[in-house]
Amino acid sequence: MSTSRELTRLTAADLATQVRDGAVSAVEVTQAHLDRIGAVDGDVHAFLHVSGESALAQARTVDDANARGASPASALAGVPLALKDIVVQMGSPATAGSKILQGWMPPYNATVTQRLLDAGIVILGKTNLDEFAMGSSTENSAYGPSRNPWDLTRVPGGSGGGSAAALAAFEAPLAIGTDTGGSIRQPASVTGTVGAKPTYGGVSRYGVIALASSLDQVGPCARTVLDTALLHEVIAGHDPRDSTSIDRPVPRVVDAVRRGQTDGVAGMKIGVVKELQGEGYQSGVMQSFNAAVAALTAAGAEIVEVSCPHFEYALAAYYLILPSECSSNLARFDAMRYGLRVGDIASGGSLVSAEDVMAATRGAGFGAEVKRRIILGTYALSAGYYDAYYGSALKVRTLIRQDFENAYAAADVLISPASPVTAFRLGEKVDDPMAMYLNDLATIPGSLAGIPAMSVPSGIASDTRLPVGLQIMGPALGEEQMYRVAAAFEAGYVATHGAVVADAAPELEVRT
Amino acid sequence: MTAVVTGLMDYDEAIERFDPVMGLEVHVELGTVTKMFCGCSTEFGAEPNTQVCPVCLALPGAMPAINQLAVEFAIRIGLALNCQIASWCRMSRKNYFYPDMPKNYQISQYDEPIAFNGYLDVDVNGETVRVEIERAHMEEDTGKSLHVGGRDGRIGGAEYSLLDYNRAGVPLVEIVTKPIFGTKATAPAVARAYVGALRDLLLSLGVSDVRMDQGSLRCDANLSLTPAGNPVMGTRTETKNVNSLRSVERAVRYEITRQGARLAAGELVKQETRHFDESTGTTAPGRSKETAEDYRYFPEPDLVPIAPDPAWVESIRAALPELPWVRRARLQESWGLTDLEMRDLLAADAVDLVEATVAAGAPPAEARSWWSAYLGQQANVLGVALAELSITPVQLARVIALVGQGSLNAKIARQVIDGVLAGEGDPDEVVAARGLAVVSDDSALQTEVDAALAANPDVAERIRSGKVQAVGAVVGAVMKATKGQADAGKVRALVLRTLGVPG
Amino acid sequence: MSSSADSVAGDGGSAAPALTRGDVDHLAHLARLDLTDGELDIYVGQLSVILDSVAAVTKVAAADIEPTTHAVPLTNVFRPDVRIPGLTQQQALSGAPSAQDGRFRVPQILGEEQ
Repeated sequence: MSTSRELTRLTAADLATQVRDGAVSAVEVTQAHLDRIGAVDGDVHAFLHVSGESALAQARTVDDANARGASPASALAGVPLALKDIVVQMGSPATAGSKILQGWMPPYNATVTQRLLDAGIVILGKTNLDEFAMGSSTENSAYGPSRNPWDLTRVPGGSGGGSAAALAAFEAPLAIGTDTGGSIRQPASVTGTVGAKPTYGGVSRYGVIALASSLDQVGPCARTVLDTALLHEVIAGHDPRDSTSIDRPVPRVVDAVRRGQTDGVAGMKIGVVKELQGEGYQSGVMQSFNAAVAALTAAGAEIVEVSCPHFEYALAAYYLILPSECSSNLARFDAMRYGLRVGDIASGGSLVSAEDVMAATRGAGFGAEVKRRIILGTYALSAGYYDAYYGSALKVRTLIRQDFENAYAAADVLISPASPVTAFRLGEKVDDPMAMYLNDLATIPGSLAGIPAMSVPSGIASDTRLPVGLQIMGPALGEEQMYRVAAAFEAGYVATHGAVVADAAPELEVRT
Repeated sequence: MTAVVTGLMDYDEAIERFDPVMGLEVHVELGTVTKMFCGCSTEFGAEPNTQVCPVCLALPGAMPAINQLAVEFAIRIGLALNCQIASWCRMSRKNYFYPDMPKNYQISQYDEPIAFNGYLDVDVNGETVRVEIERAHMEEDTGKSLHVGGRDGRIGGAEYSLLDYNRAGVPLVEIVTKPIFGTKATAPAVARAYVGALRDLLLSLGVSDVRMDQGSLRCDANLSLTPAGNPVMGTRTETKNVNSLRSVERAVRYEITRQGARLAAGELVKQETRHFDESTGTTAPGRSKETAEDYRYFPEPDLVPIAPDPAWVESIRAALPELPWVRRARLQESWGLTDLEMRDLLAADAVDLVEATVAAGAPPAEARSWWSAYLGQQANVLGVALAELSITPVQLARVIALVGQGSLNAKIARQVIDGVLAGEGDPDEVVAARGLAVVSDDSALQTEVDAALAANPDVAERIRSGKVQAVGAVVGAVMKATKGQADAGKVRALVLRTLGVPG
Repeated sequence: MSSSADSVAGDGGSAAPALTRGDVDHLAHLARLDLTDGELDIYVGQLSVILDSVAAVTKVAAADIEPTTHAVPLTNVFRPDVRIPGLTQQQALSGAPSAQDGRFRVPQILGEEQ
């Protein structure tokens, strides 16, 4: 039997196999991860809530089914997972990283949650994030930041820093993220893990607390490309409760990964986006990226340079669309039906009207970044400004989509660094919103176009000795070619370095 | 500083000096089984917060999904109002905070309504007035608030409020007229006639139960006055809470006299929302808002555009029922009713019942007579609507047929109907069970007729000599002898035939 | 607002209107956000910087460009008019800060019904 440490170092695919073969029980696997969380999460703070009992109960269900000889619920049955605390799960508190939802217990499951449970995947708990997923460092969480397992003085990226940190700290082999402008890819990039944002509409958003409805997308995170693909197939697919979900067969991304591992990228055209490099990109990041380009060339890919001239407007368009939609999406947090209520007489305050209690609660319950974006969005939508701001931003989206379409005429997939910089220090950018926004420079164009995009580790930066992510972007519904390239690149990296990047993450001091 | 004018102007004077301009907004709750964006029931009157789900409670993460039947109903309404149907349109978010609206935005339609540019011709005192329709768009209803702890239950005095979201998300169609000009003194009547015609139309379309008392049809009346002959539009007020046809008329009339008085005194009419008070027939200003409304509309990103297939629209058009007033005119003519008789039938809600009875084979006159007379009395006695009586048009038609073929007379027919109403079964079962069949055996009746004539030779002689009206005495004797179970008409014919007198 | 939309969309210029303290205060009220004086001061500066930078979109948003609202265009996504079980009253009220008689209890509601 494997030791607890060995179990937490295994991939999800291997864990599932061992559980299926009876080499280890799902309860043992779950307990090993709960123990690891207990040992290191005091430092990492990846989790906001750990559901030990319900996780073990789920694991027992998987073991019982195994004992009966039932066929496994999925290829990942019995594997533990960390769920970003913006996806609701019945019986587990949901905060979205905000004080305004403190103590709220959702009375329903998100579609994604239900699919995970149905697949026999064991949900360990809810992971930390920037408040309502607004941020690139988890420092906007009302419950304190998560820390990067590669260097505990640094951020794990955001908004899905908790999920990425949980993977890099070997607290879970699988995690769920959400990506509005890069919240899956940028944390994956700075923690040496893998994260994929599917085509917009590829995964149901029902039960995922909305930030910007036209951009939000749920996606899989793991330490290997294969694990990411396996999780992708579990959560993807049409959902009648999400009217924007795509009613088509789920892409065969696991097959695509196997193909990438065996056939590589020979004969594929890979486009390097001219506008997603250069100014603003750290030299260690560019070095790693260039090495990745060289590796792909050596593996038989044809590298072409593509130009997407309208990407320079992407950040501006994004910071109009997102605040506009979020100012409306967050209006429901009003102290009337759930969550925080402050200022009223019953709470010891002096406010008598619902209107005043709403404003007081929202003022007290939302953090600075959330309030900043609500005000910006309220402005951008207000009478006389809609056309100039929101309307123009939607047109820029069209231009960016056209840029992508032109680029995909020349290339099967596009690549760029996933994040312009490696993990930065806690506190370094908190007081400068514009500097923080620049972290999403490379990921935002793909979000605006709704295309699938993922970050796969390209190595360690020579300057900061921290992980760097390679962003691979496919055309809309082109997940299969994206995963194929990711798998081929990862296989090449493992062939050269002996292991995936995440395996080089430092051992953390264990507190008992 | 000028004193606030609180007086009213004489109505005739107001109309002489000013032209009223109206705009009517009608909200109709659609009669779908489920809400606009979720699968919760729309049934009226349930326990509070029992017809709710994550979507209509706006729980974090929940998402709307459009009810297809609600879209179909909206298109049906648009077509019946002679509107164009949008080939492509979207839902939008109307952003404003109000506790009875869980999302703090309403999903509505902004600049892309599903139906637009139509009209409705309404009859006002025998004249046809065309009311032009600006648009009909889809949206969702709000929850209901109950105000507790105040002196009189009004919002201003309440200490707290209680919220029930059963109604939140019920599908609504809002029908907005273009400004209605040139109605002069008939403005209140036009308003009433329009809302009344709309109500009939919506009912006939089967899209709503249009119960104004339950709020499934609600009217807001916009009104402004412009000096007679002056084309400049005046400042309008919007009167809400107008919940009956009579109130529509009264509210418009009241606003004309109120605004007239202000304008005549050199005051300005304030643009505001006012509330109609049923008990006093007056309007009063609502609490004014601190800031101008800024709804920050934008396309609802959780939903995708609606692009009705033209073939679908045409199939809805083809299935539209006959307009209620066209149908009424047709029925009145085919039944040969006077205007007054038709109006009585309408007032008694008996048109559908009569039509169904006629369809089941009864002569129109009989059908009308039974429903408006005897059954009307029974409904009155029982305190129920005519349609709620436990007799079907088919059952009534059978009774009428039995009378027609002489098996029943009018008196016994009433007993049969009483039996049906008492739940004793179909007319034939009642007849059999109660032994109510009339004596129709001609030989048995002939015996009774012969006996009666023999007993009254002088009467027989008078009849023979041409005094046919004397036949009544013989008929009476026969009826008495048969304990009323004979058909009086048949007895009369038999008496005359026996005496060789033409009937 | 301190400036009209025209100046935002003006010919090729990306200079956004500077937000005043009064503007931010008004927006905060529209969004039902109580802000402290300190927050107001910070936001006036930060939002102006952000607006200045995002106003770049007006430079390229020509009139003949169709807006994109969804990355993968879909139309006519409907649900049949069929009941789906919802929440019980107890579940509905489970998160309420205050409840009474099966209803959500909230401070008194002022203002107009819409």
